[in-house]
Amino acid sequence: MSAAPQRAKAGAEKIEVIVSAVLPLNDLVTRFEFKRKDGNRFPTFSAGAHTVVHMRDGDRQRLNPYSLMSDPADTETYAISVRRDDEGRGGSLFMHNNVKVGDAMEITYPVNLFSLDLRAKKHVFLAGGIGITPFMAMIAQLERSSDSWELHYSVRTEALGTYVDQLVSKYPNKVRIYYDDQSQSINLENLLDGQPLGTNVYVCGPKGMIDWVHKTAAAAGWPDANVHSEEFTAPQPGKEFQVRLCRSEKTITVGENESLLEAMEREGVDAPFLCRGGACGQCETNVVSSDGEFIHRDHWLEPDEHGNKIMPCVSRFIGKSLEIDR
Amino acid sequence: MTIQFNKETFRDDYSFKNSDWAIQRFPFPFHEDSYMYSVNMEQHRGGPAGSVYEKRFDVDEHYISEMEDRAMVLADDPLRCQSLPHMTLAGWDLLELIMVSKSEDYPDLFELHREGDIWRWINKPMGIDDTFTFLDETTLPYGPMEYITRQTQGDFCVLDQRDDNLWMDAGMVTTQADWSLDFDIGMNFFEWHAPVPLAHEKGIFKRALKFLLNIQQGAPARRLNWTMTVNPLLDTSPENYHKWGIQKTTLTPENIGAKQHLRVELQSFFRLPRSNALVFPIRCYLIAFQDIVKSPKWGRRLHRVIRDLPEELATYKGFIDNRPMMLDFLSKYDDGLPTSPGVFPDNETEPALQK
Amino acid sequence: MSKFQFPESIKSRPVYGTLKARPGKYHLMIADAEGAEAILHLHEQDAGLMAKAHIIYIPKGSNLGERLRAIRPAQYYEGPTYEAAASRIERVLEATHMGTQIYLTGTEGLMGQAMRACMNAGIPHTAIQTEHRGSVARRMQCVHCKGITEDVETDPFECSHCGLNLFVRDHYSRRLAAFQGVCIDAEDPGNVPEKVELYK
Repeated sequence: MSAAPQRAKAGAEKIEVIVSAVLPLNDLVTRFEFKRKDGNRFPTFSAGAHTVVHMRDGDRQRLNPYSLMSDPADTETYAISVRRDDEGRGGSLFMHNNVKVGDAMEITYPVNLFSLDLRAKKHVFLAGGIGITPFMAMIAQLERSSDSWELHYSVRTEALGTYVDQLVSKYPNKVRIYYDDQSQSINLENLLDGQPLGTNVYVCGPKGMIDWVHKTAAAAGWPDANVHSEEFTAPQPGKEFQVRLCRSEKTITVGENESLLEAMEREGVDAPFLCRGGACGQCETNVVSSDGEFIHRDHWLEPDEHGNKIMPCVSRFIGKSLEIDR
Repeated sequence: MTIQFNKETFRDDYSFKNSDWAIQRFPFPFHEDSYMYSVNMEQHRGGPAGSVYEKRFDVDEHYISEMEDRAMVLADDPLRCQSLPHMTLAGWDLLELIMVSKSEDYPDLFELHREGDIWRWINKPMGIDDTFTFLDETTLPYGPMEYITRQTQGDFCVLDQRDDNLWMDAGMVTTQADWSLDFDIGMNFFEWHAPVPLAHEKGIFKRALKFLLNIQQGAPARRLNWTMTVNPLLDTSPENYHKWGIQKTTLTPENIGAKQHLRVELQSFFRLPRSNALVFPIRCYLIAFQDIVKSPKWGRRLHRVIRDLPEELATYKGFIDNRPMMLDFLSKYDDGLPTSPGVFPDNETEPALQK
Repeated sequence: MSKFQFPESIKSRPVYGTLKARPGKYHLMIADAEGAEAILHLHEQDAGLMAKAHIIYIPKGSNLGERLRAIRPAQYYEGPTYEAAASRIERVLEATHMGTQIYLTGTEGLMGQAMRACMNAGIPHTAIQTEHRGSVARRMQCVHCKGITEDVETDPFECSHCGLNLFVRDHYSRRLAAFQGVCIDAEDPGNVPEKVELYK
């Protein structure tokens, strides 16, 4: 059909916003709130969704995904919570150091790659550190629909317990906090044992925690389909490499601190993307030729695709030459 | 323009008829002189003024009569509208999407007034003026999906998204091309498409699913699909096949122009905000062969497409037995001249029939 | 052995595997007729399973019940029909927890209905193991009158409710636990091909 051909744009639709609040929550985490620039209401979203925040850092464009953690029914304000990562590529540092109330920014429409299974008879949330953010929205949504949930939240110290006070005072019977520095840890085997049929478990936290939950649940006989995790991978820095973009007829260099996707965007190549975390599959790109080794960091490609496809949002390359279909 | 709603039937005496306006804007599905499955998706963000692509939910002259036909189908068989328990939130999402879209796109026909959760919905063509509480099922006469789709042309499949698949977990299906919601409800994308020949082997469904899973809020998509129906019968359901199947044998060279209809589905896809479900409206448009061939380009092209269609597809679409008679009729409107690219009739620029 | 190799078919048609012992706190095994053989085989794989197993068996005329009893499952029940066992199965599912393993084996009709009960209780169908044994008869739903006919062995067959002549499709609904039957002579009433045994 070609009734009204329009080329799909890269990424989700964007919304222009004004930063309406910057609230440091503790030494590491700051909450940012946004209002719409045009004064309209935000779209409602489903809990677990993220937005990609566009940051203009000098002449450099940074795009980082963050879970929306405000109440999904609140269409006046969107909120995210950003953990400062001193070792990372600078997006979170930019948010912490440069973004002020009143700044104009762009964020994308909500995209959900970590949604609730609405069939569940009960939802069990397992959060580690900043992994609490999607659960803030999920809890708000489930409270409204009077569904059954409980939260097990592991934090390093009392001082770094983002939203702990709020959660504990509002839901004393549904929230349990575990402090690393007091040698408290989630007794997962015990927790999984005896849950009613139709219980779904959701985990968001460090990779080690996610793997541990999947493994422990499988060993306890839980079906994969009942264990959900937010599998976002932040792009990792790496060695500089060159890549030939066949379709755009360009050869570009991917710097140490940028992803292949970011390097393409810097060069004005309109490459598709959604999650920028190796999970959604949207940026999948065919490899035309290669002489070297891929560093695949995504959760999308099958092992047998590793020689002829790459996910530019998180994956890299080391070697002589790389040519991709973009 | 103000739409003049037809008084017509899609059963018994089949008084359904397209006006010249409806013929001109018919969504002819073939952009070239041949057809094969493809993932023919494009964005659903308007189209040429007056075309069926212009609005999010097209309303045309058949609106009232189609809604009357739907009410009759549901009275006979309530199983045509079903929603599994976890899909109620998606039903509210759909109700909101349609009410907001229609009141914005057709302000003279539909009004929506919202004061917090108290909503007032006015549907002038159907004479409805209801006030209800959003997200409170007890304030509507039907569930939210059924309520709004009794007032909206086209079938609706509401698909839950989980485990990297789409699940047909709710729907209003009364104008279907021979598939049963009651049977298919609960199936995943590959399962409900299981009976379709050739497309699985070609990887069409895998690619289509990848595309659909990534449809995002604020960025709907659409595509066309088509089949053939004898008589302007909307409800070509498997449930009633033992009653309507016989009508396929009533074609004669004399009546084929009036009786044989091309049936086109304008399928669109919207991400639903609260539930993260995907709604898949399937809007059915019917046109008699004798009306298609009024546009020389469409007459030429339809003949070539039907003539060259692989046998499996003609069988699956249910017209293999009638194909020779169709070709006898259509060949009279094909003079061998080339056709312009694209789906529109181009009546001003395309040459008149040369025979 | 009573295993049958089903021909390759469309994507909605169930595909059955071979039962394997899986980790779990509780093992619910539902079988009919020759399905007992698959459970005996499971016992050979891992006899330890039986201490945590509940076997629900519908012999359908077979005499394998004694052998099932002999492998000493924690709980054993034998019933005359699936319908007779249905309320017991629901009650058992109500009390079971996440981590329960489900093993279904025997005819397609038995596996389909038991799977439906498990799904309704909140177990995803992808987590339920199945192994076909015995008869290849099918549980069919007439798409026209919605009546279900058990143990259909021929194609076409006559709907046991409305009497229409139905073509046996491979299109299958887990929710109904049935294949679809569609009128075969709608376009040429009375022209019904001769019945043939399924897969013959």
